[in-house]
Amino acid sequence: MACAKPASEGARGGCEGEAGARDLVVICRCEDVTLDEIRDLIARGYTTVEEIKRITRCGMGPCQGRTCRQLVLAEIARATGKDIASVAPGRFRPPTKPVRLGGAVAGAPDSDNEGIEGDGGEQVR
Amino acid sequence: MMAVNKCADAVVIGGGVVGASIAYHLAKRGFGRIVLVERSYLASGSTGRCGAGVRQQWGAKLNCLLARESVRMFERMDDELGYDRSIEFKQGGYLLLAYTDREMNQFIKNVELERSLGIPASLLTPAEAKAIVPMLNTSDVLCATYCPTDGHANPFHVTYAYAGAARRLGAEVMTFTEVKGIVVENGKVARVVCDKGNMDTRVVVNAAGPYSGLVARMVGLEIPFWAERHQILVTEPVEPVLRPMVMSFSRRIYCQQTPHGSFVMGMGDPNEPHGFSTESSWKFVVEMAREITRVLPPVGNLKVVRQWAGLYDMTPDAHPILGATPVEGFYLACGFSGHGFMLAPVTGQLLAEVICGEEPSIDITGLNLGRFERGELVVEPSVV
Ligand SMILES: Cc1cc2nc3c(=O)[nH]c(=O)nc-3n(C[C@H](O)[C@H](O)[C@H](O)COP(=O)(O)OP(=O)(O)OC[C@H]3O[C@@H](n4cnc5c(N)ncnc54)[C@H](O)[C@@H]3O)c2cc1C
Repeated sequence: MACAKPASEGARGGCEGEAGARDLVVICRCEDVTLDEIRDLIARGYTTVEEIKRITRCGMGPCQGRTCRQLVLAEIARATGKDIASVAPGRFRPPTKPVRLGGAVAGAPDSDNEGIEGDGGEQVR
Repeated sequence: MMAVNKCADAVVIGGGVVGASIAYHLAKRGFGRIVLVERSYLASGSTGRCGAGVRQQWGAKLNCLLARESVRMFERMDDELGYDRSIEFKQGGYLLLAYTDREMNQFIKNVELERSLGIPASLLTPAEAKAIVPMLNTSDVLCATYCPTDGHANPFHVTYAYAGAARRLGAEVMTFTEVKGIVVENGKVARVVCDKGNMDTRVVVNAAGPYSGLVARMVGLEIPFWAERHQILVTEPVEPVLRPMVMSFSRRIYCQQTPHGSFVMGMGDPNEPHGFSTESSWKFVVEMAREITRVLPPVGNLKVVRQWAGLYDMTPDAHPILGATPVEGFYLACGFSGHGFMLAPVTGQLLAEVICGEEPSIDITGLNLGRFERGELVVEPSVV
């Protein structure tokens, strides 16, 4: 997967280049985004979670950024010299846990859907 | 932050796909100093929330012509814009399903029109449709139309590609900068007032998407226009199994599989009130699931990972408002009524032609603001 996209453009080369250690640090496991790629985008002026997410798909996979969002925030904070608490975390979108479409048809949550919260989830129960 | 005052030859308001395309096409023509102003990040508005489908199957000739030209532009966009990623333009076609006699009769007329314009659409029997989409439930389907060169692209990448190319041609892209007012002197635009300072300019392009009505009011223009929420969701990625975008006007749904493997689908609600809400609702997931599992039953096995909503910028005839206005130097590129992503490439080119005083490559005088007063609405029978 990582080879399908230009991992990190520019001098450091992509995934087939002289991969340095940072090339191998995967920040987003769902979408295969490396630390190098994140740092490259921040250096090019993309200093919000929303922009980095949209360019790389970081945080858009099945886990919805549970692991990577904090790591990206930390990278942005470091590069911009801001306190991590003052970097906007980006929007969290429902559902909080993946929901099977077929289950939604029935109206009642199926076993996969247990525990969905917020955003009107109660309306069907 | 210190306020900075600047001079520009053209200020484009709105860093969605339309504004980015206009800024690029103006810069490419060497119109002078171009500034693109976006109050948040690029593609933060409707563009970043859209289904990103690109179809040439329309019932109105003008839409066919505009979409046909846009498809040609999408086909060569990665090269033309020198983009270092990919806009992910996938031409898997659009399969439109007819469930009623009225729809079927309209489809027969549409295909005739499309073919006369060189758009390779064809009318299919339900069995022929199933050969293209094996998971399609054909019961109740009367016929279908299919155009193999329709498709979809990645809306973030298209916007970033246009903005990046505009920047390389000397345009300035100001994100996180909001336009607060526009100063008109002697009937001509003179200055744009932003939260980060003022810009003297003789040309302002209103590409503020659903907020274009508010921006038009800054020069005293009322445009017939409203914003309307539309919801959409995306599933987990799976192996490629669905090639075309599948769409039904009577069921008001569309569904596609992106190159990344996820399924993206949306549904219109005829009772949606006008307004700027972008809340998402569970009711939408339930209704979407009900419709899509009838049309494409196996999709019921997929899990939704994210849902969101965005705004359509609607006009009374579901056609955009393009071109000059009674205020000299103030141009409109808004009112795309749910298909502005696919029209963005050609819109940028046409607006740049009009602003530079060239003869537009497609006659868009029928789409100017004056049509509403003249009562010359353009009718499009095929929209979700
Ligand atoms: C759910 C959904 C599905 C869709 N599916 C499709 C589809 O399949 N195919 C298709 O072609 N179209 C589709 N559309 C429509 C498409 O998204 C829009 O027509 C298109 O993105 C319009 O682009 P835009 O640049 O005009 O608007 P936007 O992307 O909304 O950009 C306008 C920008 O202006 C900025 N702005 C507003 N006011 C100001 C101000 N005062 N100062 C500075 N900036 C300002 C906003 O922040 C915004 O970023 C869909 C839309 C939705 C909501």
